Amino acid sequence: MSNSNFTRRGVLKTGAIAGAGLTLPTYLRAQDSGFTNAPTGDTVTLGFNVPQSGPYADEGADELRAYELAVEHLNGGGDGGMLNTFSSKALDGTGIMGKRVEYVTGDTQTKSDAARASARSMIEKDGAVMITGGSSSGVAVAVQALCQEAGVIFMAGLTHSNDTTGKDRKANGFRHFFNSYMSGAALAPVLSNAYGTDRKAYHLTADYNWGYTTEEAVRSSTEAMGWETVNAVKTPLTQTDFSSYIAPVLNSGADVLVLNHYGGNMVNSLTNAVQFGLRDAQANGKNFEIVVPLYSRLMASGAGANVKGIYGSTNWHWSLQDEGSQAFVRSFGEKYGFPPSQAAHTCYVQTLLYADAVTRAGSFAPCAVAEALEDFEFDGLGNGPTLYRAEDHQCFKDVLVVRGKENPQSEFDLLEVVEVTPVEQVTYAPDHPQMGGADATLGSCNNGA
Amino acid sequence: MLGLNKNDTTLFLVVLGLTLLAPFILNPFPEGTGMAQFNAGYPDLMQRFVIFGIFAIGFNILFGLTGYLSFGHAAFLGVGSYAAIWSLKLFTLDVIPAIIFAIILAGAFSLLVGFISLRRSGIYFSILTLAFAQMSYALAYSVLTPLTGGETGLQIKGTDTPLLSNVAEGEIGRANFLGMEMGSGFDWAAGGWAFTFNLGYYIAAVAMLIAFYLSIRIFRSPFGIMLRAVKSNQQRMNYTGLSPKPYTLAAFVISGMYAGLAGGLMVAMDTQVGPERMFWTASGEVVIMTILGGAGTLLGPVLGAGFIKYFENIVSKINKDILHNWFAFLPDGFEDVMVSLVYPFVGKGWHLTLGIMFMLVVIFLPGGLVEGGQRLMGLFRRKSKSSEADEADGTEPAE
Repeated sequence: MSNSNFTRRGVLKTGAIAGAGLTLPTYLRAQDSGFTNAPTGDTVTLGFNVPQSGPYADEGADELRAYELAVEHLNGGGDGGMLNTFSSKALDGTGIMGKRVEYVTGDTQTKSDAARASARSMIEKDGAVMITGGSSSGVAVAVQALCQEAGVIFMAGLTHSNDTTGKDRKANGFRHFFNSYMSGAALAPVLSNAYGTDRKAYHLTADYNWGYTTEEAVRSSTEAMGWETVNAVKTPLTQTDFSSYIAPVLNSGADVLVLNHYGGNMVNSLTNAVQFGLRDAQANGKNFEIVVPLYSRLMASGAGANVKGIYGSTNWHWSLQDEGSQAFVRSFGEKYGFPPSQAAHTCYVQTLLYADAVTRAGSFAPCAVAEALEDFEFDGLGNGPTLYRAEDHQCFKDVLVVRGKENPQSEFDLLEVVEVTPVEQVTYAPDHPQMGGADATLGSCNNGA
Repeated sequence: MLGLNKNDTTLFLVVLGLTLLAPFILNPFPEGTGMAQFNAGYPDLMQRFVIFGIFAIGFNILFGLTGYLSFGHAAFLGVGSYAAIWSLKLFTLDVIPAIIFAIILAGAFSLLVGFISLRRSGIYFSILTLAFAQMSYALAYSVLTPLTGGETGLQIKGTDTPLLSNVAEGEIGRANFLGMEMGSGFDWAAGGWAFTFNLGYYIAAVAMLIAFYLSIRIFRSPFGIMLRAVKSNQQRMNYTGLSPKPYTLAAFVISGMYAGLAGGLMVAMDTQVGPERMFWTASGEVVIMTILGGAGTLLGPVLGAGFIKYFENIVSKINKDILHNWFAFLPDGFEDVMVSLVYPFVGKGWHLTLGIMFMLVVIFLPGGLVEGGQRLMGLFRRKSKSSEADEADGTEPAE
């Protein structure tokens, strides 16, 4: 070193300070409890990782509202919401196992990198023992893998791709939301009743993972009913004008258009299709029809009057008349002034399910919680009797087939439930080819540190 | 020292000290207090600081020295990441080969992109690089799904059995360095403070120190002077009989390799890749980092990277509840007013705050944060001793 200016005094001083620092009581935070972020003290921290910016910010905001409501109910505030209708009575409104529930929030930006960064900060900095939320499958898969690695539980939010509990399933990850396969299986019989069994379908598919799995699911279920698939065209995710994709549809010999699009994609493609007069067109001597496999209220309000009479499927709808749904809609409506979306519902339910599993297991340890959730049967959370299957950590419940309402009463009253497809019809084997086949395994659960 | 002059040695030692002591410096507030919210000394963020520091240092070699504004650097970050994850999945779980593959592949890809894009300069060059990056993103998102995993990206799976690593059947392999996992390390609690020392961070920190050292050497080398010549007057350079193309291409490839290194490290620290890493906003981010910190300065890009990542990870997590806690001492009405005044600027509003900061820096400190630092220093110096000759010393901001 050319310009060293260490002095004897300086070295002594630094040494003394360093020595004093080292003699302070030190201990490794390595957890005696044997799992990552074991809650100490009288609180437990949950991490709510939702898109607050980007294309799904609206859904993220609704998810966050639901989480806040769930925390309020778990801590004994409000009217208790679905705690009163939940079939398991382990939760008593004193937090989770007597610990008051606190939460931290983060912004996934609907990007896997940002979502993982935010989840890691919740785990590493805030000591979150469970991560939940998200509004896209890419993010869900990424965060689920992270939670598996870090040894915390992941309760997926809105994610519809088969992969989340299919080929990318993980032992520490759980999904309450339904998936592409279930949408296809639930829609097919309804469609064949409404439109007949000799239809020719034309698919427009968003060119990414969720689009593929949805197209595959709808195709195979409708083809099993006797439909024929004329063509399947992939559209770029960033496409906003679908005219060039819609134009060839009329002359293709097809009489049904399936839009495997979500969010803004679906709003635009459906609007284009209606503008092109597809709704009033005739093909093969039949009325031309349009189908949207996955519906959400936010999409329906975006597409406005264009959704009238169009079939699709949804996980939950606020107009359901069972006790659980009504309790949830009531407390959500009282707090925020409008009915919750399906994203809000699944997030609320996931939080309750987690809290309940911890209480029943008597431990926050991820493996114990996972064991409590596996093959857990419950009711009263808005979807009727539901099973959390052990093989892939997917919830099995009835699926709602909905249709755009002809005469909506309000800006939220856009969809009507046409049929509730019973759970038996949408159940599949854990090693179903669409779910990653025999290669897909959960692996073993991870308690982390 | 190490072939650096006195000023550069000091600068390097300062950076060395800052990176090695980061766990202390970034955790200034005791655990459990309200201010602990602002601590940044947890592994993930520390790793991000140095990784994006590397990315920005590399970008600065191109942009700061030659003035060529590449708007597609995220593509090289992404290519590096994909190379690294495939190395972890197929070859070995050790991170060093993965990082080397990342650098090589990103370098090769930047050679291709650079060769084509550098036929034009100015805005046309920027647009060309942007086009390449968006193309890579679109390919990774859909067409190349078998290779990139599409939207859901790639991770290490239980079914992966790397050639040189012994992974038990069904076990999910973890990235390691000579057998030590990236997440390993220890926490040291002293008084109310908790400091986290993390292996992954120190690997990334060493990589950044090497990258930073190389960048000083490039800045001070004859090659660096040629790059500056490209920036100041390319025509004159042509007339003196020198072709700028090899120099700019070399700078482009070097900065591409830096981006590859950053991408490889990102995968080493957190074993997953998604295509958004190549999205144009990611390319824009590194431009903003560099300009915010001070383009053409040695330290600027690192500061800019740290600044933006801090905002993204810390400020974005302040939610309404936390604000209510802060202003709880105020009377009820005032509390709500204060919360509603501050809320748009934190939490999901962090973009807004960052945008305002960026505007202020660009308008009032064209040389970035480094210029701000220099002005502060100048202020103190002039007070004690009016030696204005020192002004020109140290790092020179670009333009």
